[in-house]
Amino acid sequence: MLKNLCQKMFGRSLWVYHANSGGCNGCDIEVLNALTPYYDAERFGIKLVGSPRHADVMLCQGPATRATARALRAAYEAMPAPKLVFAIGSCACGGGMWFDSYSVLGPVEKVIPVNYYILGCPPRPEAIIYGVAVALGLLPKKAAPIEFKQAEFPIPRYHPEDLRGEGELVIYEKAEKV
Amino acid sequence: MTLPYPPEGHAVPETFRGRPVFDAEKCVGCGGCANNCSARCILVFDVCQELRILQYVGRRCTYCGRCAEVCPEKAITMSQEFETSTDNIGDAQQRLELFMTTCQRCGRCFKDETALEKLKMTGYRFDDLQNQRWIFGARAYQENEPAVKDIAIEMDW
Repeated sequence: MLKNLCQKMFGRSLWVYHANSGGCNGCDIEVLNALTPYYDAERFGIKLVGSPRHADVMLCQGPATRATARALRAAYEAMPAPKLVFAIGSCACGGGMWFDSYSVLGPVEKVIPVNYYILGCPPRPEAIIYGVAVALGLLPKKAAPIEFKQAEFPIPRYHPEDLRGEGELVIYEKAEKV
Repeated sequence: MTLPYPPEGHAVPETFRGRPVFDAEKCVGCGGCANNCSARCILVFDVCQELRILQYVGRRCTYCGRCAEVCPEKAITMSQEFETSTDNIGDAQQRLELFMTTCQRCGRCFKDETALEKLKMTGYRFDDLQNQRWIFGARAYQENEPAVKDIAIEMDW
């Protein structure tokens, strides 16, 4: 649904606003690197604007800290209504290495709703372009949760009340499951 | 010249560290990766005696590679995947359910004493309480200033 909404509402150009709420500037440099002519994000219509009132998309870097959370919320509320938020980097996605520090509130989704997550520390410029392309519906999503099991648990229990028959012919009804 | 990235793939350098991949076949469940994770994003939970859950919460992983470095069985490899962007943060996690065996004698899991615990001094010790300092080698210390002055200490060396 979000993909269709993106294609409808953000079909032409995305104007991005670039908000750092206490990161280390690594993700800022990668975002600005993605806007350079070598990667040339403007062929997708992505353009950097200086004010949140002009922007469709907010690119968040850095965790929500105690000092900047209110300013980040104000910048989000200043954006006009169909708006997307991208959390870029492991600080914005999960709070980063100092997620339990006294001055860090946590990921930016504690303050503002986040639509897309771009993981990495910092993510490559290709990863940022890939995330925007996934949001626009140009490319399929590759990430999926992985789960491994070395043994199957729980082992099914033996229920003697399911025994049928008497004498030599005794059938256990759930024998296939055991 | 512009890189034609989204239609074509772009090769990463060989030393690039991407998302860590856990191999459940090799993992012995020692928890060394969880102890060394700088972002505390590998969690270990023992459900019961036989079952240990090792959960990698990928959302704050910084791809530092310390887990792959410390793994004794080389069960963690740093892959070169960087296209991990998603709209659901639960896509980043990996979850391993490990079957743990127990000690045949005591029925519990055990671990060796660490290097710090081996360094602890054992046995009787005679530190200097008045001057508040340790006595490591008694000979050099007593020659210069005897710890107990009013008792004549017989030196047999």
